Amino acid sequence: MSVVPVSYYLVLSAVLFGLGVIAFVFKRNAITVFMSIELMLNAVNLAFVAFARAHNQLDGLVFVLFVIVVAAAEAAVGLAIVIMLAQNRRSLSVERMNHLKL
Amino acid sequence: MSLAFLMFLACGVLAISGAIVLILAREPIHSALALIQVMIALAVLYVLLGAPFIAAVQVIVYAGAIMVLFVFVIMLLNAGSEERTDFSQIAKYVGVPLGVILIFWAAHWLWRSPAGRAIGTATAMPAASTRALSVELFRQYLFPFEATSILILIAILGALVLARKEP
Amino acid sequence: MEFISQHPVLVASIIKIAVLLFIVMTALAYLTWLERKVIAHIQSRWGPYYVGAHGLLQPLADGLKFLFKEDVTPPVADKLVYTLAPFLALSLALSAIALIPFGPPNILIPGLGQQVFAITDINIGLLLVFAITSIGVYGVALAGWSSNSKYPLMGGLRSSAQMISYEVALTMSVVGVVLLAGTLRFNEIIAGPHGQSGYWLHFVPRWNIFPQIVGFLCYITSAFAETNRVPFDLPEAETELVAGFHTEYSSFKFAMFFMAEYANMITVACLATILFFGGWLSPFPDSWTWQKFLPGAGLVLMGIYCAYDTVSEMRGIARIQLAVVSLLCLAAGLICLVPSVATVILGTFWFTTKVLVILFVYIWIRGTLPRFRYDQLMSFGWKLLLPVSLANLVATAAWIAYGWVRHG
Repeated sequence: MSVVPVSYYLVLSAVLFGLGVIAFVFKRNAITVFMSIELMLNAVNLAFVAFARAHNQLDGLVFVLFVIVVAAAEAAVGLAIVIMLAQNRRSLSVERMNHLKL
Repeated sequence: MSLAFLMFLACGVLAISGAIVLILAREPIHSALALIQVMIALAVLYVLLGAPFIAAVQVIVYAGAIMVLFVFVIMLLNAGSEERTDFSQIAKYVGVPLGVILIFWAAHWLWRSPAGRAIGTATAMPAASTRALSVELFRQYLFPFEATSILILIAILGALVLARKEP
Repeated sequence: MEFISQHPVLVASIIKIAVLLFIVMTALAYLTWLERKVIAHIQSRWGPYYVGAHGLLQPLADGLKFLFKEDVTPPVADKLVYTLAPFLALSLALSAIALIPFGPPNILIPGLGQQVFAITDINIGLLLVFAITSIGVYGVALAGWSSNSKYPLMGGLRSSAQMISYEVALTMSVVGVVLLAGTLRFNEIIAGPHGQSGYWLHFVPRWNIFPQIVGFLCYITSAFAETNRVPFDLPEAETELVAGFHTEYSSFKFAMFFMAEYANMITVACLATILFFGGWLSPFPDSWTWQKFLPGAGLVLMGIYCAYDTVSEMRGIARIQLAVVSLLCLAAGLICLVPSVATVILGTFWFTTKVLVILFVYIWIRGTLPRFRYDQLMSFGWKLLLPVSLANLVATAAWIAYGWVRHG
């Protein structure tokens, strides 16, 4: 099965994480900024699974489960906040979310 | 060029192209679709890495629940195309090169990392069984597991408080 | 030729997929016919009657009509997503069926060691079916969004909210079965060491429906909601939303949504059969060897009935059509009466029969129940269905933990 060297997966994971960082910095829409966080979490998950395979231990896989749970919680709260912000500011642009008060 | 390597290549290309589309797309929904593509490609990679259970969870939770929530919010807010504000010049001329350097540095470091090379072309290992994974989860990691359930509960409460109509 | 001899497993898989696809597509078409007929008879009407004898060619006529209608794309629609949505819906709905075992795993293709009645038999089959159905939401949600129109948007919003809400209850309701079986592989859920073969009190088959009746009721209710069927068809409530998420779709793209809905129905009916009704197991003991002649006898009887109907009722061209049907039924029935064939198809016969019964219940309920109101739908899902299925899960877990079940 695993005839692909694990380092290939790690490189892919690093590239995806970097693209996630770039997206996080460049996107101007609050929702897509959120999505780039999810992209970074996914990249990290790939690295976890690859390391779990490399060391032939299951801990990495359990960590992935935890990351997924945390991502779900984060998405629930974060999107609720985004909806509130969008209703209050009438915009989704992160440029307009630079005040703590209305 | 084994079948596994071809699969890895295809999924890697799909994942990276999805991430690039995520950055370039102007409509949030196109970004969301690109992200779903990345997630499904990653799920196939998990199967290649011998973790089919994680792959299924990835698709069910990430692609099937979290991203649906994103799409739902985009539809709810009827979010149109992104406004292009004037970028900060620092972000443009320092951020991009720094980001690219970060990617290449991390990729290079990982390429040379002993963990990655030690495994090399390892012999085929049996896929991690669901049973072994659950034993690990409910014996060794029981406390973190319970802690995440409390986290989820707090998240539900938080979302409810935020969504509640003001009295 | 060389390729075939080098990759026999691949070629066999492709042939199996093609055959299954053909069967499922035909079944989809005739499911619409069956639905219209059953609903019509419930409402004291005749249903389709003119296209072919008893309207048997109606699905073909519908298909041709869909093919030749003009395919309108709204100018304001998001072209890419608008085209992608129906493909996504149909391909996901069909790919879930690839994981279903339609017959016993011990019937193998000679010389290959591959199962005849299942395309794949993987260890996380159940989980993968849920994974595929959980991305099925996108077809509906994206169709609603990309049409860039009021009613589709509302329909898409409603249906994505509904589908993710009921998916939770759907998943929770089958965990009880997974606990009892101790595996996620379909063939082991059916006939594994803790599967559903055997009998209680020597005559009640050991199907999961009996210990898991609460789970089954939760499952079938959320399955109705997942497939957007009456009484949960709010995404396409025509009195409020014109046609819901597919209002703007026409021609073959509309037909694809239509087919996806019926394919989803077949998938959830197959899942219910596997999880609660013992899949391809027979309700009768193996010692009753005569049961292998049931499928053949049934087909022969149907052929005789069709022949009688041809002579007594049909006129003109319909008479020829029904005569062909009765000849086909008789021929198939006679083939199925050959003992070697009869043994092979017995499992598939029981599976198909159970699926058909569940599909009939689906249609029956559509003819019986009125539609829910949207807030009723949501509170029903979250406040009743989810707690009940969780309680069922806890009760099953306790039952197993205290060793009140045979495998402890």
